[in-house]
Amino acid sequence: MRIKSTLENYVFVLPAVSIFTIFYIIPFIWVLQLSMFSWDGILPTKIFVGLENFKEIILQDPSWWESMWNAGYITLIALTLQNTVAFLLAWACDREIKMKNFYRVIFFIPPVLSEIVVGMAWRFIINDVDGANIINRMLVSIGLPQLAHNWLSDPKTALTTVALVHSWKGFGWGFLIFLAGLQTIPRELYEAARVDGAGSWRIFKNITLPLMIPVFVLVAILTVLGTMQAFVLILGLVGGEFAGHTSVPVLRILAVMRDSSRFGYACAQGISFGVILVAISFIQYRLSKRYRQA
Amino acid sequence: MRKLFAFCLISLIIPAFFISACAVKPKSSKPTITIWHWMTDRQPAFEALAKKYEEQTGIKVNFELYAPSDAYSQKVRAAAQGKTLPDIYGLLGEKRDFASFIKSDHVADLTPFLEENNGKWRKEFFAKALAVNEFKEDNTYGVKAGFYGVPIDVMTIEMLYNKKLFKKAGLDPNNPPATWGEFLHAIQRLREVGIQGLVSGWGEIWMIDCLASNYAFNIMGEKKVLATIKGEVPYTDPDWIKVFDLFLQMRDKKVLVTGVITMVNKTAEQLFSNEKCAFAFNGSWCVNVYKGMNPVLDYGAMLPPQVSDKNPMMVWGGAASSFLVNNRSASKEQAVAFLKWLTSPEQQIYLAEATNNLPANQNALKGIPVVLAQFAEAMEYTTHPNIWGVSEFPAVIEKLDKGLQAIIIGENTPEQLAQDVQKIKAREMAKAKK
Repeated sequence: MRIKSTLENYVFVLPAVSIFTIFYIIPFIWVLQLSMFSWDGILPTKIFVGLENFKEIILQDPSWWESMWNAGYITLIALTLQNTVAFLLAWACDREIKMKNFYRVIFFIPPVLSEIVVGMAWRFIINDVDGANIINRMLVSIGLPQLAHNWLSDPKTALTTVALVHSWKGFGWGFLIFLAGLQTIPRELYEAARVDGAGSWRIFKNITLPLMIPVFVLVAILTVLGTMQAFVLILGLVGGEFAGHTSVPVLRILAVMRDSSRFGYACAQGISFGVILVAISFIQYRLSKRYRQA
Repeated sequence: MRKLFAFCLISLIIPAFFISACAVKPKSSKPTITIWHWMTDRQPAFEALAKKYEEQTGIKVNFELYAPSDAYSQKVRAAAQGKTLPDIYGLLGEKRDFASFIKSDHVADLTPFLEENNGKWRKEFFAKALAVNEFKEDNTYGVKAGFYGVPIDVMTIEMLYNKKLFKKAGLDPNNPPATWGEFLHAIQRLREVGIQGLVSGWGEIWMIDCLASNYAFNIMGEKKVLATIKGEVPYTDPDWIKVFDLFLQMRDKKVLVTGVITMVNKTAEQLFSNEKCAFAFNGSWCVNVYKGMNPVLDYGAMLPPQVSDKNPMMVWGGAASSFLVNNRSASKEQAVAFLKWLTSPEQQIYLAEATNNLPANQNALKGIPVVLAQFAEAMEYTTHPNIWGVSEFPAVIEKLDKGLQAIIIGENTPEQLAQDVQKIKAREMAKAKK
């Protein structure tokens, strides 16, 4: 009877395990294996190079670290500006305001749009060369012509522009999760606090913020993972790496694989990138755990 | 028990679904030839020709379009790894990639077919177009000498100038600048009347590489360029710095349209066809593109203005698109027969008329548009990395192209770029020696 029950359990999980193994575990092992070879992606022969690819990534590939730095910058903007805006909007929509359902729908439109469409649309809005450059026209019309320039073609502003558009595109996810989190806070706590004479700021600081910490952690982890891997939006906005100024790790991996035919090296970059992301997520998780315990 | 049965069933159905997806289709008596390509503008013409071929021979030909070219390139590579390439396909990439495909048995040697009847089929093509598909004796790639593909059309990449804007700036529309000095003077005149200079899709870095290569041939000659690739001449050589300096001059003299290095070629084509700038650096495929964007655009083609008179100005050209036959195809003979038919004068004339591309068959040049004829005239000045017999390391090309972009945005100097590129070259050569 016990054997039958065990067998039954295994059979139940077999489809999921099979799919997970075929589509996740085997490709991962294959990528890990390829990362130790020099291979052009076509020839049947692969040359074993051991950890040479990883050594090159760490010591001899400044363009890789430049792309990591750029992705980090975009992530920083997303973590701060994007998530602050998302939280404030969610907080506003959680209160009794008119048309709050309408706002909820509006705020969730950007994330469901295709990244390439958003990139092209914003390029049209921002770019002076092939777009309408509505932003520059607005700056001129409000008496700030000195600020008008080519946002995407200027190395000084290209990455920040990309980061801001990315934040616009992504804040809806945070908004939705924050809103869901805010709605789980028992209303009685707010009412009791008000009865005790607490003001809005006090309620926010002592009730809303502490109870929202798990949600902040979740949104932060999702933001880091999502933003570090962003690249389609950049392709739509800038068309590529812009002499390294808008280069991000995934674009680098693509360039190495597609333009340089270095599949082994690209796999090593992918593995390194994965390790970095896991490490960041782990640190975030540990920090949040410590904070919650405190 | 019922649940257990249901899960057992699901466990069997899922693998069966994947296995059935890999099943081989049953063969009919007459084969269907499948062709993969990336050329969106040529698909209607290809389909019309396929229909005609089926009427004539009873053999069905499927032209399967996978665009854009980047996605197509990945599809072909993935299919090569899975050995599921179609009967005929085009290959986008460097000569090194081409060699890898041949060595992996993905490409049939077409030499015997081309040399049949005293080389009748071979002689129909522009020699330079066919050369792109040729591997010569003792090539550095270790490939058996021969022809491994046939061109279906040819191209050259040149400069274009807008005649109307030339007139507006008081320049002679029948005498485009022939030297670098004249070019800079023309730009100055154009700027005085508010017209922007040169546009090109330098967001796609291979196009900036192309112009740099043109000037390298002009300034130092083919022998020295190839010696550099072989590692015999460093990139820090003064002639290379002269090449890089041209991009600095383009920046300083405001030759380039704003935002040129984040621009894809489609955008560059829009700007030129909308008469927003006077010069463009583009390939002969643009004739069809401009016709679609602005049918009344009055423009001419010219060689890039030369810097030195010691060496001729060479431009990239030769086969624009070539088709290869899959060596593993069960319909190899039929595939070759179709390619012979496709590259015959009658079909080539139809393709040239329908797509405004230069035909690969020399006997099909009659009646092509004037601008296309100007591109055809440049065939004698063409060269291409795929016929050099040696390939530069991809990491070196990337460094060089990105460095040129950096010069244009004022973040690098020609001298610094030369040192950076040479450093990468030395590293790659050391790695190759290992």
